[in-house]
Amino acid sequence: MSSSDRQSEAAGQAPAAKMERRAELTLGALSSLLLFLIAGMVIYVFIKAWPSFAHNGISWFGASGSVDQQLTKIFDSPANPKDYVYKIGTWPLLYATLLTTVLSVLIGGVLSVFTAIFIVEFAPQQVRDSVSPIIRLLAAVPSVIYGLVGILVLVPFVTNSVISEGRKESVAGVVQLSGTCLIVAVVVLTLMISPIMIAIISDALRAVPRGWKEGALALGANRWRVMWTVIVRAARPAIIAAAVIASARALGEGIMLAMVSGSVGFAPNPLDGVTFIFEPLRPYAATIVDNAEGLSVVPFGQTIYAIAAVLLITALALSLGGAAAKRPLRKYGVRL
Amino acid sequence: MSTVAPQQPIRKVHRKGKDSVSSWPLRDRMAIYACWGAGLILSSVALLLVGYMFYRGLQYISFSLIFSNPAVGSSQADSGGFLSPILGTLILTTIGTVVALPIAVGAAVWLVEYGRPTWLARSVESAIEVVAGTPSIVLAIFGLLLFSNKIFEPLSFAGDNGVVVGRSFLTAGTMMSLIAVPLIFTSSREALLQIPAQVREASYALGKTKWATIRKVLIPTVRPGIFTGTALGMGRIAGDTAIVVVLLGATLNLQPQGSGPIISTLRGSGSTLTSYVYNNSPAGEGNAPQKAYAAAFFLLILVLILNFGVDVVARRSKKEIT
Repeated sequence: MSSSDRQSEAAGQAPAAKMERRAELTLGALSSLLLFLIAGMVIYVFIKAWPSFAHNGISWFGASGSVDQQLTKIFDSPANPKDYVYKIGTWPLLYATLLTTVLSVLIGGVLSVFTAIFIVEFAPQQVRDSVSPIIRLLAAVPSVIYGLVGILVLVPFVTNSVISEGRKESVAGVVQLSGTCLIVAVVVLTLMISPIMIAIISDALRAVPRGWKEGALALGANRWRVMWTVIVRAARPAIIAAAVIASARALGEGIMLAMVSGSVGFAPNPLDGVTFIFEPLRPYAATIVDNAEGLSVVPFGQTIYAIAAVLLITALALSLGGAAAKRPLRKYGVRL
Repeated sequence: MSTVAPQQPIRKVHRKGKDSVSSWPLRDRMAIYACWGAGLILSSVALLLVGYMFYRGLQYISFSLIFSNPAVGSSQADSGGFLSPILGTLILTTIGTVVALPIAVGAAVWLVEYGRPTWLARSVESAIEVVAGTPSIVLAIFGLLLFSNKIFEPLSFAGDNGVVVGRSFLTAGTMMSLIAVPLIFTSSREALLQIPAQVREASYALGKTKWATIRKVLIPTVRPGIFTGTALGMGRIAGDTAIVVVLLGATLNLQPQGSGPIISTLRGSGSTLTSYVYNNSPAGEGNAPQKAYAAAFFLLILVLILNFGVDVVARRSKKEIT
């Protein structure tokens, strides 16, 4: 490149070489644009969010009374910038985020590993040809439709047929059980993230070298043992990557969770026994969706941007982690 | 070394054909039934979900709904249809795709064909992974922050007090493009990587420059890949709700701002099918489940066409090659 540049300068005119260089620079600049955008996004959101973090310190993540009342107080804070209220402890929201994400990734993970094995190895050809497009169908459905079915079908079903009156009364003084609850959120979220995990895991299972499988079969292991001890083991990085990427998706799902999780800043209490899974909650992303209207109120907006900043950093770490987890698979020629 | 007779008697293994499942230990059999169970449960739930949407959708949808605009009304009978949300979805998907295509394809070409310096190439790749993993609600409120700046006033409009609102089709579409970029990028990159080196070398041997090779040889070859990614990206844009709710203003009808026939619509606010469904569900203000079902059905059909139309095209292009 550099030698041809020098030649072209010597010749005094070389439109082709100049064009070449310009093309490379333009494409490179276009690609770097995305880099700047990400960096800009992180910095910008953090600057906006800073007052909320600065006023609360580490207790921003802690539990200190009702988070919904705190949000209302922040929203109603006086117009004078000196009197802005910032006090908030977002533990119930953080806890709700962790609860929905971890539960749905665990359940979905088990379901996805078995389904992926089924699709890759055990399903007869005809079954396979219909199951994989059907599961892709699940991935294609927009989140608002999941939310709609959740709120119009599952929630009425849970509140009318599953939760008994006695159960409602048992926690009546603490929280109202209205059908929008943890279990509905987890079920719908599991459905939403499973197709992503199945796609990644089954690609990896298919990519394990054929010889390994044939070798194990020749040693007398049955097909399940071969699958479980050789192929799934070789594809472990993909399972980790799938779980990490699915967590990022579950974490950021706002609309669906805003519709079915109950939108109450309440921390479900495991000590309530079975009632626990029927208690409402509200994760971070759903909190942003519910409160997007109030962003123009300065301290309230800063608090919401603080929540966004936490989500952004977590999602960033998870995406990079997922990419790192997938890297070992490249030796099989899998690029996911 | 004498041969020792086997201690335990050889277990009689019942074998039918090659490897019959009934001869396996119980644990392995259970595992295989679990596989069947997981696969069949997931697919039956998927079919049930889509079937239910079709049932409800066909029950409530009508031509008058599709071709009338939403109106303010107290009951489901007089709150109008969803013509302008349909238009909103089409406009937003178009803007998002038009913005995303050059960026995503350009980045893929640069990464595969140039990719220098390596550290920059690696960072760009990671940046796209990060974009793919960023929650769309975070993109949405970042977009609001960004486009409320004075310099972006041409993209949206200013309120009465001179503050730039930042909510319009243009701003929402620009942010939406970020949802499509990773999908288009990945499928174009995969397609480019699959082109054998000989193709490029043959082109160079004919005296073509690198840029000419990219334009005349590589891009036409990867067109099916780009197309696949674009269709998937359009499906995702049409199905996204968070960005619409925050960045489009979610007014019932298209509300043009400023002057000029097309540009005023683009600078104005409106709604899409997704925000219409959201607002008419019990979670929103509308609480008109019949309208929500009908609009969700329409949206589902649109998204499924975008997702599975890809399969048809892919199959056709495969036939052409073989």
